[in-house]
Amino acid sequence: MKRFIGFVTKEFYHIFRDRRSLFILFGMPIVQILLFGFAITNEINNVDIAILDNSKDATTQEIINKISASKYFNIKQIIQQENELESVFRKGKVKAVLNFENDFSKNLIKENQATIQIITDATDPNTANTISNFVNSILQKYQQDQNKGIEIKYIIIPEPRMAYNPELKSVYMFVPGVMTIILMLVSAMMTSISITREKELGTMEILLVSPIKPFQVIVGKVFPYIFLSIINAAVIVLLSIFIFKMPVQGSLFLLGLESILFIISALALGILISTISKTQQTAMMISLMGLMLPVILLSGFIFPISSMPLPLQIISNTIPAKWFIIILKGIMLKGVGLAFIWKETLILIGMTVFFIGLSVKMYKIRLE
Amino acid sequence: MRFPLPWEVNMNKNNVIQAEGLTKMFGDFTAVNAITFEVKKGEIFGFLGANGAGKTTAMKMLIGISTPTSGTAKVAGFDVFTQAEDIKRNIGYMSQKFALYDDLTVKENITFFGGIYGLSRVRIKEKTKELIADLGLEEVANQLVGSLPLGWKQKLSFSVALIHEPKIVFLDEPTGGVDPITRRQFWEMIYRASHQGTTIFVTTHYMDEAEYCDRVSIMVNGKIEALNTPKKLKEQFGVQSMNDVFLKLARG
Repeated sequence: MKRFIGFVTKEFYHIFRDRRSLFILFGMPIVQILLFGFAITNEINNVDIAILDNSKDATTQEIINKISASKYFNIKQIIQQENELESVFRKGKVKAVLNFENDFSKNLIKENQATIQIITDATDPNTANTISNFVNSILQKYQQDQNKGIEIKYIIIPEPRMAYNPELKSVYMFVPGVMTIILMLVSAMMTSISITREKELGTMEILLVSPIKPFQVIVGKVFPYIFLSIINAAVIVLLSIFIFKMPVQGSLFLLGLESILFIISALALGILISTISKTQQTAMMISLMGLMLPVILLSGFIFPISSMPLPLQIISNTIPAKWFIIILKGIMLKGVGLAFIWKETLILIGMTVFFIGLSVKMYKIRLE
Repeated sequence: MRFPLPWEVNMNKNNVIQAEGLTKMFGDFTAVNAITFEVKKGEIFGFLGANGAGKTTAMKMLIGISTPTSGTAKVAGFDVFTQAEDIKRNIGYMSQKFALYDDLTVKENITFFGGIYGLSRVRIKEKTKELIADLGLEEVANQLVGSLPLGWKQKLSFSVALIHEPKIVFLDEPTGGVDPITRRQFWEMIYRASHQGTTIFVTTHYMDEAEYCDRVSIMVNGKIEALNTPKKLKEQFGVQSMNDVFLKLARG
């Protein structure tokens, strides 16, 4: 026990005396959560658009007013001719152009229909889509207002309700993802680097020749990171509750336990990486390419798994982060208990046991 | 008081290392081929060989981090197959990298390694004082080891390897990359430790250092091709220096 305390003390010296690891440990979580929370968002606000009004009548003016009054759009420019379109988009500021056809009002009254062309800059397809949806809904609202008092038979009124995230705040989506990334980064990358560092320096050899057992060395190296990861998880949850007003519906206790489970599985991965890499650089590259990329791309954090091609969907099942994100979303947003996420938890436990077993085996082979 | 175990009776009291037909194979490759030798208590034993001759593999078997394929060996009275843990408690080891923690201070390094070998807190304090005074490191005791010159690190590393007063200390190319004066001073430390009864098992590339050893073994292609005092080896091969002995053997 005394040996263990001595060992852990040494590990803390390493961590607290190294600016880089300090930044990764404590700077990264805060920076990432703030970045994802404030800067990176799918919502649109004050998008610059341009108007090409070929008809210039009362109706078009009314629609333009409605659009400019909304907080989503900012009418940047009025263009006069169709051939100006290209140059407007090329400048890059304007993301959409509304093109009203000739004799808009007349057509509306005579033929009961008139056309607005919505041209969006689809170099950013997500934004383009969102813009077009928002314009559509403003137009529909306008139509409904116009048709008031006129009796129309058979009308379907969709009433969408966004459950669990009514305001569609993207931060709700990012918090579980960022938490997963941070825990993965701290647990897997930092431990694999810290173990390979001892190999590189030659101190690992000294430790193996000493009476301390290899198993004790690994536990001693991993322990500080379990502790720090738990603190990190708590900081992220607190930040999201107090800064982003994200409600945590479910039990914080369960959230804690699930986080510890994920931390342990990530640590086992970290040990595994350290057994196959000789230098810190290799360990870092393997962690980044082999763990971080799949976590970001395939875990369902940013890109929905259901819209991936089948082979990628299958691969995504092997990523612990996918299951952890499902669990996190379940607990934080839906407020479910273990009864609804036992399957994911079991999968995560299975993976953890597998990774621990594998890393113990690899570690023994390495010792020979 | 306990009765000596059979192998302890068999072993010559004065031999702290005794290897017989010690072999290590990696697949089809025989890294160490049935080496037999013994090292006496308090002796400075030079373990020489070209790169890849099998020195490091042989040493790893003796210090308990690699299991031999066949043969027998006892280190400090313990069997390398079954009592590796006891061996570890009774030996010191210093690698060619002078492995200390650069981001820990001199004192913290001593405390850590003392703790690893299970020294009590009081004993660690005593040892730290003694060690720092011996090495003249009072001024830098609270500085990070990373800021020390290489020669100081080397001496500190050697002292740390001796912190638990082991019966044998294994030195793996302990003088790589340091200047001749520092090497000289380092050998003075080795002599001092040897006078106090510690057995020294040292591998080296420098043939002038081989002259400092009590006895020298030279490994070629996994076998010990020569083993004697430097003087007798030179007579045996009819040459003037250990360098020539080595060249004669290595060229075959």
